[in-house]
Amino acid sequence: MSGAPFLATEHWWDLRDLSNISREILEFLDRVGPDWLAYVVSPLIGFVAAFLLFVLPSQLFVGVYGERRLIGRMQSRLGPNRVGKFGLLQPIADAIKLIQKEAITPRGADKWVMWTAPVVFVAPAVLVWAVIPFGPNMVIADIPVGLVYFLAITALPVLAAFMAGWSGNNKYSLFGAMRVVAMAISYEVALVLGLLGVVLFTSTMSLQAIVEWQREHDIWLVFLQPLAFVIYFISASAELNRTPTDIAEAESEIVAGYLTEYSGMKWGLFYGMDIGYALAAAAFGSTVFLGGWSLFGLEEWVPPWLILVAKTHLFYFVFIWTRGTLPRLRIDQLMALAWKYMLPLAAINLLVVAAERLWWHEAGLGDGIVYLFAAANIALALLLVVGWARVLGYRPERVPTRPRLVKHVGGYVAPGAETGGGR
Amino acid sequence: MIEGAGPVAAFWGLSALTLLAAGGVVVSRNLFHAVLFLIVVFLGIAGFFLLLSADFLAMAQVIIYVGAIAVLILFAIVLTPRASRDNAETRMAPVALVAGVAVAGLLIPAILDAEWRTLSSAPALPVSDLGRELLGVWVLPFQLASVLLTAALVGAVVLVRSPREEREEIDEEERR
Repeated sequence: MSGAPFLATEHWWDLRDLSNISREILEFLDRVGPDWLAYVVSPLIGFVAAFLLFVLPSQLFVGVYGERRLIGRMQSRLGPNRVGKFGLLQPIADAIKLIQKEAITPRGADKWVMWTAPVVFVAPAVLVWAVIPFGPNMVIADIPVGLVYFLAITALPVLAAFMAGWSGNNKYSLFGAMRVVAMAISYEVALVLGLLGVVLFTSTMSLQAIVEWQREHDIWLVFLQPLAFVIYFISASAELNRTPTDIAEAESEIVAGYLTEYSGMKWGLFYGMDIGYALAAAAFGSTVFLGGWSLFGLEEWVPPWLILVAKTHLFYFVFIWTRGTLPRLRIDQLMALAWKYMLPLAAINLLVVAAERLWWHEAGLGDGIVYLFAAANIALALLLVVGWARVLGYRPERVPTRPRLVKHVGGYVAPGAETGGGR
Repeated sequence: MIEGAGPVAAFWGLSALTLLAAGGVVVSRNLFHAVLFLIVVFLGIAGFFLLLSADFLAMAQVIIYVGAIAVLILFAIVLTPRASRDNAETRMAPVALVAGVAVAGLLIPAILDAEWRTLSSAPALPVSDLGRELLGVWVLPFQLASVLLTAALVGAVVLVRSPREEREEIDEEERR
């Protein structure tokens, strides 16, 4: 694979590599303007290309419209279908409605913190896209620590959520804020341990280099690191507050969590950027685990950025799928999942990867060994997932046939609650 | 030496941001606002690390200080019953002032006096080298830090266990 000629040419009209256009623009600016102009314009081009051309339309039409339609489909209803053809204009109508709605600030609220929280929430959602490679030359900043950059940037919205929850002067907001922070910290541990396995295999933290590694070895890291992938998916969905794990804004428990006091476009920014973060997590996941812009040689014919966009949306579809299928977990169940289940599995995974990696390089084995590793790791992942659940006392049921009480399937029942049901 | 208009502008901008935020930490009456200003200070310091082309350090600064330590302080504030007392005057103010001036008096001459080694080009230190150093030469401090953190973790768990929970657990053991 490596060394194969890349079919994209250097003409500006070659759509397989959009960096050609930006390079032409920057070279032109260098010729006519002062030399600092290109430095100012190049991040703007990146912002326009990554965020305004890809993320915002995806947010509106995949995130808002597609998600509601699909979930409607999964729940045997229609979803939005009134505004425009097939309801396609629904997100735009929603946005117009949100913009003209009054943004209420409660009298007891901390006005400054309440107003800055949405801004703090939005800014990282834009910054995250700087390191996602859309193609061999199409990455805004290919920094050597791209993976850590992603983790660092995604730590910021947690603070924004806490600010939002604290400033509303509402106990439900504060509950939601505390839950957000507790959950983010718990799941971050397993997430980082899982991603460490990836870094050990590829021995690089640059996202572009991780894609290149997968392209060179003709294997996606999801096969080499199935356990890390599962951990990444669950942790990401917990940190994103998506439905199976959205206890931070659980409507049935604490009104709307940290968003209780928000209305109008300030609420809209939180809602829209939640989708933005989910897209970013999907793009990051497809880059790290699913080969990014490469597709076993097909990237020489199809535009690589189109491959990444397709993978991102497929990944996002799985997010929608779990959201439409699984019921919301309780907070103690989520905490138990993070600390008792995913953390030990992530640690075991890390140990196994380190051993494999050491053996691979010390014994001087060829690159073909990765397929053996992949088979071994997939088997191990299945064994660990089922085995560890059994150790904890959960028996996975393949075909649940009848509803059961929590205690019958081995869930936690508070002391004194066994004799309940007197209502 | 810092050269070019971009880094110089970034340096002064970051300095202004960090110093203003640091002032905000001290001046603001609301403890929660003080923590938010402290987070801006952390981010400013991360910016300085970036300016010195220590990108891994900058990212670690953001993850650890902003993502973990600031959140810890926030938790501490929310869980402290007397946090609503805010950042009011205390009798410790003169002592703190003296201590601050003493530290500044110690550091500023030291900084001015030191012979700073300046490199003409930024050293490219890959993360893998950093890892090798950490697990090779510096393995003992590294391990000591992990032991310390583990001890802190166990200690925290022991501290927050209420007597009632402990009794319940003993009862459960006996029932088995």
